[in-house]
Amino acid sequence: MSIAAADQTQHDPSSKGIGVETLGVTKRFGSLVALDDVSIKVRPGSFHALLGENGAGKSTLVKCIMGVYRPTNGQIMVDGREAVIPNPRAAHALGLGMVYQHFTLVPSLTAAENLVISRANVPGIVNWSREHADLEAFLETTPFKVPLDIPVNGLSAGEKQKLEILKQLYLNQRFLILDEPTSVLTPDEADEILGLLKGLTDSGELTILMITHKFREVTGYADDVTVLRGGQMVGSGAVADLSVEDMSHMMIGDTKLREAAARAETSVPALVVELSGLNADDDEGLPALSDINLKVHAGEVVGIAGVSGNGQSELVEVLSGQRDRSAGQIKVYGANYEPVREKMDRFKVFGLSEEPLHNVAVPSMTVAENIAFRSFDKSPIASLWGWLHPAKMRSQARGLITAYRVKTPSTEEQIENLSGGNVQRAVLARELSGDVDILIVANPCFGLDFASVAEIRAQIMEQRNQGAAVLLIAEDLDEILELADTVAVMLEGEIAYTSPIGDTDRRAIGHAMAGAH
Amino acid sequence: MDDGSLATVLLAMFAGAIRVSTPFLFVSLGECLTEKSGRINLGLEGTLVFGAMSGYALSFHTGSPWIGVLGAGVVGVLFGAIHGYLCKLPKVNDIAIGIALMLFGTGAAFFFGKAYIQPQAARLPSISFGGWSDDSAVQQALEINPLFIIGFFLAVAMWWAFKNTRWGLIVRTTGDSTAAAVALGINVDRVRLIATSVGGFFAGVGGSFLSLSYPGSWSEGLSSGQGLMAVALVIFARWNPLACFEAAILFGAAGALGPALQSVGISQGYHFFNAAPYIMTLGILIVAVSPKRSLKGAPAELSITK
Repeated sequence: MSIAAADQTQHDPSSKGIGVETLGVTKRFGSLVALDDVSIKVRPGSFHALLGENGAGKSTLVKCIMGVYRPTNGQIMVDGREAVIPNPRAAHALGLGMVYQHFTLVPSLTAAENLVISRANVPGIVNWSREHADLEAFLETTPFKVPLDIPVNGLSAGEKQKLEILKQLYLNQRFLILDEPTSVLTPDEADEILGLLKGLTDSGELTILMITHKFREVTGYADDVTVLRGGQMVGSGAVADLSVEDMSHMMIGDTKLREAAARAETSVPALVVELSGLNADDDEGLPALSDINLKVHAGEVVGIAGVSGNGQSELVEVLSGQRDRSAGQIKVYGANYEPVREKMDRFKVFGLSEEPLHNVAVPSMTVAENIAFRSFDKSPIASLWGWLHPAKMRSQARGLITAYRVKTPSTEEQIENLSGGNVQRAVLARELSGDVDILIVANPCFGLDFASVAEIRAQIMEQRNQGAAVLLIAEDLDEILELADTVAVMLEGEIAYTSPIGDTDRRAIGHAMAGAH
Repeated sequence: MDDGSLATVLLAMFAGAIRVSTPFLFVSLGECLTEKSGRINLGLEGTLVFGAMSGYALSFHTGSPWIGVLGAGVVGVLFGAIHGYLCKLPKVNDIAIGIALMLFGTGAAFFFGKAYIQPQAARLPSISFGGWSDDSAVQQALEINPLFIIGFFLAVAMWWAFKNTRWGLIVRTTGDSTAAAVALGINVDRVRLIATSVGGFFAGVGGSFLSLSYPGSWSEGLSSGQGLMAVALVIFARWNPLACFEAAILFGAAGALGPALQSVGISQGYHFFNAAPYIMTLGILIVAVSPKRSLKGAPAELSITK
């Protein structure tokens, strides 16, 4: 047994994974039933996947287990005994730990400081030489390796995720809930981390309940799977007994998804957008983009893959006029282009972005006003003297709301009251209803349900088929593989790899994302 | 200017830097602690002035300047606690509260301080480090006030404590990520309340220095915005207590420039040289802040950096 385990209560590598069961758990928020009589059983030492769409109740369920919420009805059993979990602290005391989707590490503290501060019994004065010896000894007992002495904001996403998991192991939590743990990782990093976790569950040291929507991870690593839909448990069983079709049917039920638009052959490869030698700095004043050269042709989707934080958001900001470039040119049809409203109009440049409520809509303005952002200063909404005609704005909005099936009580509803999918549809209506020559799209499906995702992807493909030049920046590799004609990978602010979609595959792109050539 | 008067100017600036920097040092350390926990307290200017007044009044009534210093600190705790409490209420902006407290503190100090403009209170003694020299100018320059020395050790202690104590780690965690702090079971509002109160203590002590040591009497124009300049100083010091010390010396030296030049008979541009700290504040803010990048080293939860 290590020194760490000998003189501290935290880490004990000899302990075993624990099992958790929920019995008829129901959770109501007012009139909304978030969970309806959900019973799941996670065996000790198993790797259990929890599948479901956004809003299916996965987060609510794990928050009930972790004591963030109290279930309205039902019981939670830990290691076969009924457990009362009034708060997260009680969950921790039972050995239950959670790794959240967004990192909960303190960015300016080092890995060692993050681990020590996470303990319940931090000494008043920290003896760092002893803590370091203990931490080294603890790291020896785990398969994860993370540098201890640099601030967390200097670690890669993969290292941060490892540190989050290490933190739980350090606290001796033997039942780990992972909320979409691979969403910010490269495929290689994801495989490495899931593989190591699988090793820990196989040896019985740990039990894992992983929230995910990636079937690849379920079939690759999980022993059992439970599927939630609309707050109900709709299926459960050993992964070996289920096909991907079974699971996806359980997840979406009988909802009809809009079929993926066929990729039409486009003949004229006219060059529309050309980025040459584009450079830009990030918020710290450090270079974020270096010498980006990229061409987008009419009727082509250029997909930019990459782990987030490699310059994609800066690229989008430069293209949409939110960030100054330090060097380089943007050319549209061979002419110099500046991302200002007047030129966007002239060259018919449109865009979709992730989290539209945050990025491209004004939450407290009405749906009609938000839909009119591109047209409120033009005829027919605006008259000669700059007066607006709200009635015309509303009637334009009504037409688009019907055409794009935006679910809203009226045109006068504040857009922040709409669901995520409907906000994105409203933005879609605003950006795609006219003539589109250039479309800049960044993670448009982030956080949306399957039906909305299918709808949005079909719309993007339709624009491409009609001859628009589309630049798609996406962290979701599946989105790139489905839509792109040409794939480019961004790594540390550079285009590290480009290939026609036909000549590449997930593996090659994944390697490029991780920096291996 | 001959060599003799250059030496005089440098000596006067050295002595002046120590004298003038002391309130900057205390206020900036208080602000540093508050900002490390994720809040900005612009009210420290008010705390400084009220601390100066109450320290002077206490010293006058009790005859002990040290009771005045302590009392000023306690008053500072009160001001800090008001700020910390109000800011935890929903939809309250720490900057607006800070400005309100700044106005309240100076106003209240003027109101209660009217009676203390005339009387003489006991002043803080200074410690002589110049016994080894025969030169009376050197001896005078090395008359160092004890608060400066306390402030220096306080800066070192804070720098050490941020790294090596539980409280230091908790304050840094709270200032850097509310979400992470909550996940660790830290009561974020309480940490900020305590940090702001202790920061208020330091600022109050800094205020008592103004009225009990240098310039050494209570008047309404005593602070002339030093509490606000200390906020700029913390930005300049990148939230590092040791750098706060250095920056305070720099501000002190700039503030001592005018009087030092006057001491050798250069009175041309006296008011211009007296404005040096203000010009420096402006310069620092221009250099430190850019629309294109965020402040490096800033606690991520500060309302100005979010």
